[in-house]
Amino acid sequence: MAEIVIKNLRKAFGDFVAVRDSSFTINDGEFFMLLGPSGCGKTTTLRMIAGLELPTSGQILLDGQDVAQVPASGRDIAFVFQMFALYPHMNVRRNISYPLVSQGVPRAEVRQRVHEVARILGIEHILEKSVGGLSSGDRQRVALGRAIVRRPKAFLMDEPLGALDAEFREHMAEELRALHDHMNATTVYVTHDQLEAMQMGDKIVVMNHGVVEQWGTPQEIYDFPATMFVADFIGSPPMNFLRFEVALMAGADSVPLAGASVPIPSLRAPAVSGRYALGVRPEHIRFSDGAAYRGRIITAEYLGTTQIVTLQTPNGELKARIASSAPAKVGETVGLSFNTHTLSLFDAEGGAALPLDRAVASTMRGKVTAHG
Amino acid sequence: MAEVRLSGVTKRFGDTTAVDDVSLTIPDGAFVVLLGPTGAGKTTTLRLIAGLERPESGDILMSGKSVVGETPAQRNVAMVFQQYSLYPHLTVRENLAFPLKSPMLNTPPQQIARRVAEVAEVLRISHKLDNKATALSGGEMQRVSIGRALVRKPQIFLMDEPLSSLDAKLRADLRIELKRIQSSLGSTLLYVTHDQTEAMTMATHVGVLDHGRLVQFGTPRDIYEDPSSIYVATRLGQPRINTLPSDVFGPAPQGASFIGLRPEHIVQGEGKAASVTRIEHLGDQTRLHLTIDNHSLVTLVDPHTSLRPGDTIPIRPERPLYFDNNGARVG
Repeated sequence: MAEIVIKNLRKAFGDFVAVRDSSFTINDGEFFMLLGPSGCGKTTTLRMIAGLELPTSGQILLDGQDVAQVPASGRDIAFVFQMFALYPHMNVRRNISYPLVSQGVPRAEVRQRVHEVARILGIEHILEKSVGGLSSGDRQRVALGRAIVRRPKAFLMDEPLGALDAEFREHMAEELRALHDHMNATTVYVTHDQLEAMQMGDKIVVMNHGVVEQWGTPQEIYDFPATMFVADFIGSPPMNFLRFEVALMAGADSVPLAGASVPIPSLRAPAVSGRYALGVRPEHIRFSDGAAYRGRIITAEYLGTTQIVTLQTPNGELKARIASSAPAKVGETVGLSFNTHTLSLFDAEGGAALPLDRAVASTMRGKVTAHG
Repeated sequence: MAEVRLSGVTKRFGDTTAVDDVSLTIPDGAFVVLLGPTGAGKTTTLRLIAGLERPESGDILMSGKSVVGETPAQRNVAMVFQQYSLYPHLTVRENLAFPLKSPMLNTPPQQIARRVAEVAEVLRISHKLDNKATALSGGEMQRVSIGRALVRKPQIFLMDEPLSSLDAKLRADLRIELKRIQSSLGSTLLYVTHDQTEAMTMATHVGVLDHGRLVQFGTPRDIYEDPSSIYVATRLGQPRINTLPSDVFGPAPQGASFIGLRPEHIVQGEGKAASVTRIEHLGDQTRLHLTIDNHSLVTLVDPHTSLRPGDTIPIRPERPLYFDNNGARVG
C-alpha cells in the first residue's frame, strides 16, 4: 500500500486552470476525501493521481517516487468510476477475473484470489450469475471486486455512490467504510456530498475553483474552518455569518454586535479591512432571556430530536439548532448566547479565518450539545 | 381551496394492490405529506386524486362532492412533478402564463399579467421573467414549475417529490419557501416524498404508507413521539430508532417483544454495560456505535468524547417504546 504526496500540482486546459498549486499528503492506509462543488477541480485532481491526465506542473509522489508524468498503466492504481462499467457478456466470476487474466496470472491463483475477494464482498453466491440480472448493489460490489482483486497500491473512486438512491447510498457508504477498515488500503474518494465526506473520511481536502481551501480531519474542518467557503460548504444547515464592521485590536476577547458585547476566544491578529464575519454553528446557539444580543423568530422546523429555528438578527439571518422540546414561537424576540470557544471569526473581505487563541478558550470548554 | 376526502379507496395494477382501502381527510388549508419508501403507494394516491388513475373502489370527494367521474381538467387540481418540464422555447413569463391561456379558462390578458406578476413576486423570480426558461439554474427552473401551478387557483396542489432533483442547499431553501408560500396563500397541498426531513419540517399532517395501506396519520410530532408500529417509528429520526429484544434492559411490559429506543432516549453513564464499536463524526452530531448482548445500537455523544472503540460504558433506556411480535406498539 502507499503514501501519496501531492506537491504544487497544477493543471491547465488552454486558458482554463482546473487545479492550481495544490499540495497535500495522503498517508498510507487512509480513506481520503476530495470534496467540493462541481467544477472545483476534485475529479481532475483524482485523474492526475490516476495518470488519466498529466499535470501541467508539480509532483505526485507515490511511495516517494515521482509519477506525475508516468502514464496510468505504470502506476498500479485501481480506479472505480461512478457508473460501474461491467462486461455485460461475462458472468460475475469472469468480470472479476478479467484484470488478472489479462495480466497473465496463473489460473489457480486467479481462482483463489477471486474467491477471497468474493468472500470479503459477500458475493460468493452470485459468482456464476450473469451481470445483467444483478441488483444495483451487487453490480457495485462486482465493480469493487474487479478493483480489489488486482491488489493495487491505492484505490481511486469518483463518486461511486452518486447514482444510488438515498437509503441505499447510506448502506453502501457503511459497507465501503467497513471494507476499507478490513483491507486498510489507501483510498482516494471524490464526492460533492459533505455528509458522505464527513461520514466516511479519515481526512478531507476541501477544494473550490481549483484551489485547496483546507485539509484535515472531518472534525477539524467542521470545528475550525479555514475559510468562509469551507464554513458554508460543510454542515447542514451551514455555519452562520454575522457580519459587522469595527476596528478590533489584537488581544480583543469580545466583538460588538448591535450594541451587545459577544465574547470570543482572544483574537491574535485583526483583519486589515475592518470588516468581519462572526461564524456560529447552528448547534452552538442558545436562547437565553438574559442575553443582550437578540433576534426575532421567523420559522421553526421540527426535526424530531431537534428543531431548526430561523431568526432575524441585526446582522442578518441566523439558523439555530435547539432541542425540539425548547419553546420557539414564531414572531417572538429572544436573547441569543453563543458557545464561546466554538466561535470562528473571518475577515469578511477575503474570507480567511482569523487566528483565535483556542488554547485559552479550551480550558473553559463547556459541554457541547450532543444531540443533533 | 378545498377539503379533499378519500374514503375506502383501492387501486390495483394486475395482481398488485397499489393503494389498499385508504381513507384520509386533507383539511382545507392543510399541508399533508405522504411518506413511505418506493412502492408504498404514495404517487398512485396522488394520481388518483388528480384523476390520472381511476380507483377500483372507494370515493374521492372535493369540498364534499364526489369527483371520481370527472376528468383531471374538471377536477381543477394543479400538479408539480419531480422533473420540471418547462417549455424551453418560452420565457419564464410565458411559461407562467401558459396554464391561464387555456381556452377552457378564457382569462383576460390583464388578469394573466397581474397573476404572473403576483406569483413571480412570491417565488422571488420577478427579475428573471424575461429570461428563457433554459437560461435558469435548477432551483429557479423548479420555482418556475411550482409557479406554473400557483398561477391557477386550483382546489388542491399535488406535488410529487418536487425538490428531490435539487442539491441539498437549494432543497433546504425551497423547503422553507414552499412552506411560506403555502401558509401565506392558505392553500391545500398534498405532497409526496420519501425524504423524512421534508415531511417533518413542512407538514401540518403526515400520512405514513406501507404497501398501499395508510398506517398512521397525524402531526409530525405525533408520528415521531407516538408511532403506532416499528415501521412508522423507523420512518422518522436520524439516526434511526434502535430496536432490540425487549428484555435486554430487564423486564418488559406483557406482550412486548421489542424495545424501541430513539438515540436521545439512551442515557449514558448508568445501567448495563455496552461496548463501543465506532465513533462517527458528522460535524453537527457525533454518533456512538455500541453493542450490547451482541445487538448493535447507535446513540449520540459529545463530539470531543474521550471514548474509543473497545471501551465499555453503561447505558440505560429512558422513555422506551415497546412493540409486539408483529411490530405493533404495545406501550
